[in-house]
Amino acid sequence: MARVGVFVCFCGANIADFVDVPTVVEEAKKIREVKFAIDYKYMCSDPGQQMIRDAIVQHRLTSIVVAACSPRMHEKTFRKALSDAGMNPYLLEVANIREHSSWVHQKDKKAATEKAGDLVRMAVAKSIANEQLHEISVPVTKRALVIGGGIAGIQAALDIADARIPVTLVERSPSIGGRMAQLDETFPTLDCSQCILTPKMVDVASHPYIELIPYSEVIELNGYVGNYKAKIRKKASYVNFKTCTGCGACWQKCPVKVPNEYNCGIDTRKAIYTPFPQAVPNKPVIDAEHCTMLLKGKCGICAKVCEKGSIDYKMVDEVIEREIGAVVVATGYDLWDATPYEEYGVGRYKDIINSLEFERMVSANGPTGGVPVRPSDGKVPKTVVFIKCVGSRDKAKGIEFCSKICCMYTAKHAILLHHKVHDSRAYIFYMDIRAAGKGYEEFVNRAQVETGAVYLRGRVSKIYQKGDKLMVRGEDGQLGQEVEVEADLVVLATAVIPYKENPALARLLGISYDKYGYLSEAHPKLRPVETAKAGIFLAGCTQAPKDIPDTVAQASACAAKVCGLFAGDTMKKDPMISTVNNEFCSGCQNCVQVCPYQAIVTEEIPLGHGAKEMRTVAKINEGVCQGCGSCVAICRSMAITLAGFTDPQIINEIVAI
Amino acid sequence: MEAEVKDKIVSIEKPELVAPPDWKPVIMGILCNWCSYAGSDLTGTSRMQYPPNIRIIRVPCSSRVDPWFIIKALQTTADGVLISGCHPGDCHYISGNYYARRRFLVTKELLKMVGFHEHRVQYSWVSAAEGAKFAQVVKKVTEDVVKLGPLHLYKKENFSK
Repeated sequence: MARVGVFVCFCGANIADFVDVPTVVEEAKKIREVKFAIDYKYMCSDPGQQMIRDAIVQHRLTSIVVAACSPRMHEKTFRKALSDAGMNPYLLEVANIREHSSWVHQKDKKAATEKAGDLVRMAVAKSIANEQLHEISVPVTKRALVIGGGIAGIQAALDIADARIPVTLVERSPSIGGRMAQLDETFPTLDCSQCILTPKMVDVASHPYIELIPYSEVIELNGYVGNYKAKIRKKASYVNFKTCTGCGACWQKCPVKVPNEYNCGIDTRKAIYTPFPQAVPNKPVIDAEHCTMLLKGKCGICAKVCEKGSIDYKMVDEVIEREIGAVVVATGYDLWDATPYEEYGVGRYKDIINSLEFERMVSANGPTGGVPVRPSDGKVPKTVVFIKCVGSRDKAKGIEFCSKICCMYTAKHAILLHHKVHDSRAYIFYMDIRAAGKGYEEFVNRAQVETGAVYLRGRVSKIYQKGDKLMVRGEDGQLGQEVEVEADLVVLATAVIPYKENPALARLLGISYDKYGYLSEAHPKLRPVETAKAGIFLAGCTQAPKDIPDTVAQASACAAKVCGLFAGDTMKKDPMISTVNNEFCSGCQNCVQVCPYQAIVTEEIPLGHGAKEMRTVAKINEGVCQGCGSCVAICRSMAITLAGFTDPQIINEIVAI
Repeated sequence: MEAEVKDKIVSIEKPELVAPPDWKPVIMGILCNWCSYAGSDLTGTSRMQYPPNIRIIRVPCSSRVDPWFIIKALQTTADGVLISGCHPGDCHYISGNYYARRRFLVTKELLKMVGFHEHRVQYSWVSAAEGAKFAQVVKKVTEDVVKLGPLHLYKKENFSK
């Protein structure tokens, strides 16, 4: 016979004001199995928990019902109280009489009390069917996979590797560095981006605990937290990295010219190339889409000039498999294509560029040697108009969010423009200046005072050509009148959007993403680096637009999470998982089909005791099972049970009222 | 033709049975832990009010809900059943709510066929952020069930007599 203890919480006035707590206790005492029932002001407090512990011992209770707040809030607290008293923590049930009764029926105390009584009855009925459960230990593979070699991936990889945990860093392009490698100087200190980034890139390449796999992509991820198996496709580079010295003879002689992605297509690179001079690894790859040797079988100049004989046109893609325990996703961002802004003439006028193109131009290693020029005639611009929030915060264009970094980099661009072209003037059309960050507001002030940049609060309505100038017509909201600026160059701060293949990657990893393609964190405030899938973490702009300090902080947070996960040799896992009763299993394999985690496989067992004939039954991998219960509901022979949510438990709840 | 047959079937429930004055409907709410249960918690945290007739059961995922639970509830304690899960595409368990959705469609047709009014069993998708929506859903379901009156059809006590 079950002996249930019921503990009803006042939650100060939260419950007691709207539910008659003593009545609930009296109602509970009427239940046959309830041997002890009591109320207390704060059940979650230390004395409250002590009451539970004492009652367990005194009244030899076999299960506990706490009627208080939501189990999502304090279930763990009370479970701990049970185990402290030597009782299995899973014999606890929580009746949610605060969120589900006192807070939502504040005008009807009688009904709320009645409902609370019912909820307690249901919880008692369920608790009678509760079974002792034990946490599951799962072995952990101590290796992390970092996807993306921008500053987020670099930082995460370095931090994890510094804790002596092996890291595999996968980067889709031929070199790590990401967007930060494209920047000239960084706000708010005007540090040279390359100067602070490249030492970290070199560290990655030389770190004994980091395995860098450039020019590759993750194509498959199976398994579960602590025990993932990843398949990585290493794209054919057609260059033997082991013998290549990176001398550069090949790309100097290569006759094929291709728009240079690193410089946003402003200049060209060759078909065999390294993305930029400081690339890590500093070995060239052949772009198979443009190489005439690979396309038409003619040329072969690079192979002829390579003294080491490193060129291999017959190289094929290679699939590498790695066993890993955790994944950090850091795929970064792209800039939105502003073509939908027809009123600005985007695409029609050559002298409208986006901010990353401007960044490349003012960069010392950029296509113009650090001087901004007009793409149309190559002249140095004297009047430059910067337009912020192009795409961002514009519902009509489908992007409602703020891209976060544009206010700051536009101020930086104004300063850089002033540094490069002394007699120039910047006009900045803005909606708001969002300079929340250490030293940020001061930086914007500096841009205004030092460079004389003219900040105009308002939107631009039209850009049209007049002679060789661009006329920018907009509104000066502070003067309340229309203004027109004669510009040599227009720079658009286009929206920051997630890497275009994020949705595909999310599906591959089994994590969720939002309507823009940003990967979703488990909780926007309290779990900002975890995803809903255990063991997969997010760093940088793959989760939301953010600047370098925030990205680095999030990447380090990911590293801390990974290190925490790998702190022990095994991992504890919730015991709420499914198990198959072989005696009932008919081997129909419906469960195999519905399992979202491929946790169910089949196995052959003898038909009867000592029989030679075999039959097929389902078998659940307890490490992979997440406990959703899909298989339980689909099972026609009722052979599967989900611990913690068994049929008897739920039916007991249903019939208890 | 089909519609006619369906109308006839629905009429198995006897509207002439007048509800006793002290009758209070019981709605059995079965909610998934990650979206709808969290949403219902948010309704509480935001102090939004809804009728006190719903009794909530927590399950990990809407795909855990066996049609048996719905039938059992209608047979014993409940006048109406509400099942709620994550929005399609948002399932915490990747695809559980899709299975649930299919299963519900079939169950609902089945229940209609044996004579239950379609408003007795309702499904909704409520995310963890939609506290207000949960309150609305509960209001609607309760109103629908109040209109239908007490459920006598296939109640266990009727069989035992």
